[in-house]
Amino acid sequence: MIKIVKRDQPSKAIFFFTPVLAIFLTLIAGGIIFYILGFKPFEALKFFFIVPIADKYGFSELLLKATPLCLIAIGLSFCFKSNNWNIGAEGQLTFGAIVSGGVALLFYDQEGFYILPIVILAGAIGGMIYASIPAILKTYFNTNEILVSLMLVYVSKLILDYLVVGPWSNPEGFNFPETRQFSDSARLPLLFEGLRIHAGIFLALAAVVISWFVFYKTYLGFQMKVSGFSLKTAKYAGYKGKKMIILVFLISGACAGLAGVGEITGPIGQLHREVSPDYGFTAIIVAFLGRLHPVGIIFASLVVAITYLGAETAQIFMQIPKYTGQVFQGMILFFLLASDYLLFFKFKFIGSKK
Amino acid sequence: MIVDVNFVGLIIASIMASAVPLILASCGELITERSGVLNLGVEGMMIIGAISGFALMTVTGSLIIAVFGAMLAGVLISTIFAFLTQTLITNHVATGLALTIFGIGISAMIGKNFVGIPGKEFPVLFEGLKDTIPLLSPILFGHSIVFYFAFALPFITSYFLKKTKIGLIVRAVGDSPESASNQGINVRFVRYACILYGGAMCGLAGAYLSMIYTPQWIENMTGGRGWIALALVVFSTWNPIKILIGAMIFGGLTIIQFHMQAIGVRIPVQFLTALPYIVTIIVLVVISRDSRKIRLSTPSSLGKSFHKDN
Repeated sequence: MIKIVKRDQPSKAIFFFTPVLAIFLTLIAGGIIFYILGFKPFEALKFFFIVPIADKYGFSELLLKATPLCLIAIGLSFCFKSNNWNIGAEGQLTFGAIVSGGVALLFYDQEGFYILPIVILAGAIGGMIYASIPAILKTYFNTNEILVSLMLVYVSKLILDYLVVGPWSNPEGFNFPETRQFSDSARLPLLFEGLRIHAGIFLALAAVVISWFVFYKTYLGFQMKVSGFSLKTAKYAGYKGKKMIILVFLISGACAGLAGVGEITGPIGQLHREVSPDYGFTAIIVAFLGRLHPVGIIFASLVVAITYLGAETAQIFMQIPKYTGQVFQGMILFFLLASDYLLFFKFKFIGSKK
Repeated sequence: MIVDVNFVGLIIASIMASAVPLILASCGELITERSGVLNLGVEGMMIIGAISGFALMTVTGSLIIAVFGAMLAGVLISTIFAFLTQTLITNHVATGLALTIFGIGISAMIGKNFVGIPGKEFPVLFEGLKDTIPLLSPILFGHSIVFYFAFALPFITSYFLKKTKIGLIVRAVGDSPESASNQGINVRFVRYACILYGGAMCGLAGAYLSMIYTPQWIENMTGGRGWIALALVVFSTWNPIKILIGAMIFGGLTIIQFHMQAIGVRIPVQFLTALPYIVTIIVLVVISRDSRKIRLSTPSSLGKSFHKDN
């Protein structure tokens, strides 16, 4: 007989083991889905997870996709750790891209070392402005941050659409919904000749280091942790709850905004309708899969980035619909949440003899 | 200027038609939330309902199978959510998000083969009475059965919660799972049932979109309606009758867009499209400002897991 027993304390080993288990279960479930759709499961999984990163170019693409995911997820972990449900990072990314893109367009016919830092700063500020809306409404008007941050995603995409179709569209662009190309000085430098991976990866790595320091070495990190466990305790300890809510939203908005800058000044080089393939939403999964731990998030962003590449490769080579990527992302989160059960409960085998 | 009363009637009818999916999904989610469960997967369940309904209609040719199939699909996908949150005690917010991401992916995957296929005509009721009463006729007659069901649902839901024993049990489970459990109520079972019911209503809301409102399959065709439905539940302060009012306001915003464009008002189309989202935020702020009122009407255990140690 098997009995389910509550653990006295959540198991630390299992805390870091379950993400691996979740990925493994996702692969199995993915194989089954491929089989149902009429594809050979092993071949499909190979095209999904191995072929895309088998060469140098593929690896560069992997890092290119992992960079924004990692950056946004680091920002989100500030919010999630302290019990703030910012799920509108996609909107903060878009607004960051709009503000930094607008600044980059001011300098479209100029060159100069000072342009790129201004553009990057503008993106971070844009993301912060946009994230401050749900934060202020939550703190001063008691409004649900989940719904507000999400509604703002739709609004930001419509603002972007309006700008690239209307006032910011390229005057020499034959009415295509896109702006002028940014000048070279507003572009993030490429790291290697012929590969698309750009200097934005250093922004993500810097965010990892800084967040690790804040989480584990500062008083603020401790306050966030306490608030995450129990808001009542945090209040009792006298932490300034409102200030912290706004601060974590600003941090996560800045990260999302920077991810937006990375996209438009990196691979894209202008503004158009689609600056992000839902990186802001996928990063939520990355944050959880990485256990809200900076190092965990690095690994998680690489794993989840493969689902983007794999979906493209599998579509080209096997005509597997590209949305399989999203299905995999949803499944990873399902399995991760489900396997959390092992954190708090354990199975005990009880012999039938007394 | 002479205003044709029948034209006014038609506009009101079109506002009501666009309110239908919101009413269905909100009333379903309201029951789920009243039992203490916050399911953020409304958008995912709706889109699954939309593709299931459309696919079943195309494959089987039967509208009845399609409508009930869409509801069943909503139930099945919400079972994942119920199993995770109730049996494995996962976080409601994260699980709901996963459900939405998963649902949008799966629906697009299934829907790949159904893009560009024209829909079928859905039968309407009381068509013969359409020209009998000025103004009221277009509002009252000539709609699908789902339309009439949607406008009856808030009243049924209200009656169910206030006057029936099962409704009382659902509220007890949402307001105080501990006491309900001590009374011998199986909290987990009630919550399972409420989640699955919410799934069925969201599935129906999706089917209405893909089979009746705009009879075709378009990727992501729910377009955030699931999230607006969630906001409507807060707007209603968990009172089904107020959902009706809220859904009409949002339906109105959607319809005004088309008419403003038609009469040539020079406002960017993107601004008009953004209007329902912006108004949702404003409404949420106005409603939530009074924190005492919100606290009084919110189901006390909303979003909190309940686990009874055996």
